[in-house]
Amino acid sequence: MERPQDYVLRRVEERGIRIVRLWFTDVQGQLKSFAISPAELESAFEDGMVFDGSSIDGFSRIREEDMLARPDPTTFELMRWGNNDENAARMFCDIQRADGTPFPGDSRHVLRRVMEQARVKGYTFFAAPEMEYFLFEENRKGSPIPLDRGSYFDLTTADIASDIRRHTLSSLEAMGISVEYSFHEDAPSQHEIDLRYTDALMMADNVMTFRLIVREIALEHGVHATFMPKPLAGEQGSGMHTHLSLFRDGKNAFYDPNSPDGLSETAKHFVAGLLHHAREITAVTNQLVNSYKRLITGYEAPVNVSWARSNRAALIRIPTPRAGSGEDATRIEYRAPDPACNPYLAFAVILAAGMKGIEMGYELPLEAPPSMTGYTEHGGLIDQDQLPQSLSEALDEMEKSELVAETLGEHLFGWFLRNKRLEWAEYKTQVTPFELDRYYSSL
Amino acid sequence: MSPVALYTPEASPELTQLLDLGGHIWKRIVTENDVVDLEPEEGWAGAIIQLGEDPERGWAIIRALRRKDVPTEPVMLLIKGNQLHELQLRDELFDDFCLDPFHPKELEARLTHLFASELDISISDLIEYGPLVINLETYEAVVEGQPLDLTYMEYELLRFLAVAPGRVFTREILLNRVWGYEYYGGARTVDVHVRRLRAKLGEENANLIQTVRSVGYRFGKSRWQ
Repeated sequence: MERPQDYVLRRVEERGIRIVRLWFTDVQGQLKSFAISPAELESAFEDGMVFDGSSIDGFSRIREEDMLARPDPTTFELMRWGNNDENAARMFCDIQRADGTPFPGDSRHVLRRVMEQARVKGYTFFAAPEMEYFLFEENRKGSPIPLDRGSYFDLTTADIASDIRRHTLSSLEAMGISVEYSFHEDAPSQHEIDLRYTDALMMADNVMTFRLIVREIALEHGVHATFMPKPLAGEQGSGMHTHLSLFRDGKNAFYDPNSPDGLSETAKHFVAGLLHHAREITAVTNQLVNSYKRLITGYEAPVNVSWARSNRAALIRIPTPRAGSGEDATRIEYRAPDPACNPYLAFAVILAAGMKGIEMGYELPLEAPPSMTGYTEHGGLIDQDQLPQSLSEALDEMEKSELVAETLGEHLFGWFLRNKRLEWAEYKTQVTPFELDRYYSSL
Repeated sequence: MSPVALYTPEASPELTQLLDLGGHIWKRIVTENDVVDLEPEEGWAGAIIQLGEDPERGWAIIRALRRKDVPTEPVMLLIKGNQLHELQLRDELFDDFCLDPFHPKELEARLTHLFASELDISISDLIEYGPLVINLETYEAVVEGQPLDLTYMEYELLRFLAVAPGRVFTREILLNRVWGYEYYGGARTVDVHVRRLRAKLGEENANLIQTVRSVGYRFGKSRWQ
């Protein structure tokens, strides 16, 4: 028994853990979990836990395939929140085929592989997402009814959700998920919690844990939390703006004190790479039909493929660090992703696109102007590409992408496209309230 | 500290009293099967075997102790003066012996010598600094009497720092020594874990881990203060 495993076995015994939950993620980023007893833990470490992959989205080929879930002992954490009083702990799992090789449908494996490729080139990749979500009244109709009419930074009695948020924050901290800021967002009943940066794999694990904690604690308070990208027409949607940093030899690789703007060549190539491949990776960072209802003009969501220091409609924002804090604070912010994405795959394609920029030495295009001048009537910049306008368009772009195919691997790439095409096909068969409103009585 | 296995076919209150006074923790075994059945999780710390009137039973127990995956040692043998021929060709089965009936002072001295190395380890198995206690054997970290629920890497980092209070470590050294050089997280991983550790230590004790500006981290007070 290796030391990390031994550590977990001892903790389980000393803390009287009765249930160990093994977590992994399907291709769509849904958390999957099964519980084992402490007595099974040792064999789970040694041999893995066998399960039938055919029941998991994106795991099966056509026939059944037995898979192994191998718990990662370094992710062992007690589940200390809400009603989890059953002395439970959880670990994330890596998924393997029965023969012990990594399973190509395991998105955790995909991210680990891309980060390993970056590490070989000397880079480590850190991410800090801003998680936005809505709290709605729990009701059977499944229609979103806001709890309040509070807005940005509100701290009044209107903010009836502050109890829930306090409870959520303390639970996150207890799980080792550090929070930078938390506030009421622009839209009614919308909240934002900004996570402090960690390496991207740990952060993807954190995002999975975060979504579960937020939803479970909301439920305990009798309300519904949703990470749906655009639940209310006419209000801001929920994004997952993600701050990205690259380190080399422990130093911020995006910062160059000798450059007039503080940005290193590495940063410029990385941003150029992201811009260059932005349209191809959008299906991964924004994977739902609904995601594209958020990516429209006028709601602080990015529309055009551009970068800027201060224009919040740009796809990539490069915040200007305070004087003297360049080494710590130089970073870039990628504003396309929404919180319904699979964080493992989203971070993987973002890193791969940026690394491609470094590798190929892509040139950084001109900065977008700080105001709306220069925009076309559709909100895009003159002479600049727009992000895909629909899931269908995003899938077309992805299908043509060598980069995404390489990053996800053929198995995941093919499954993702098939599954998402199906989602689009189903959506197309729908007659929407918009159409009824508009046409029914007058035609 | 785990107990030594004690086999005494003859009632010997002097022996158990001597062990108690000497601070040795013991657990009585009666049969060969007890070697495995009664074995504490951390394994026996050693064994004290009295051969008594039926030496074969004693030897059988010692063989059982020695053939485990991790053989039990040291073994102290108590043997009668008229049984000394029993020792021939069995050197590998015991580490020291003492004539039975024993002289308490002699046996005590021999036991102290025999278990000295084991005792050293068990003393340094505990790291104590201010409100923090880390038991290296059970991986338990306790602050102000409350157990800390740490991830494995948080525990390893805390342990590494706490072994050398006052010493300053760079991120690179911490990364290499705690995570290993091949870890993809890079040196900033250390910052992330220090932050998490401080949060778990609580506001009162977060300053147990000090940031040494533009160098790295230090556990506890500087040695020069």
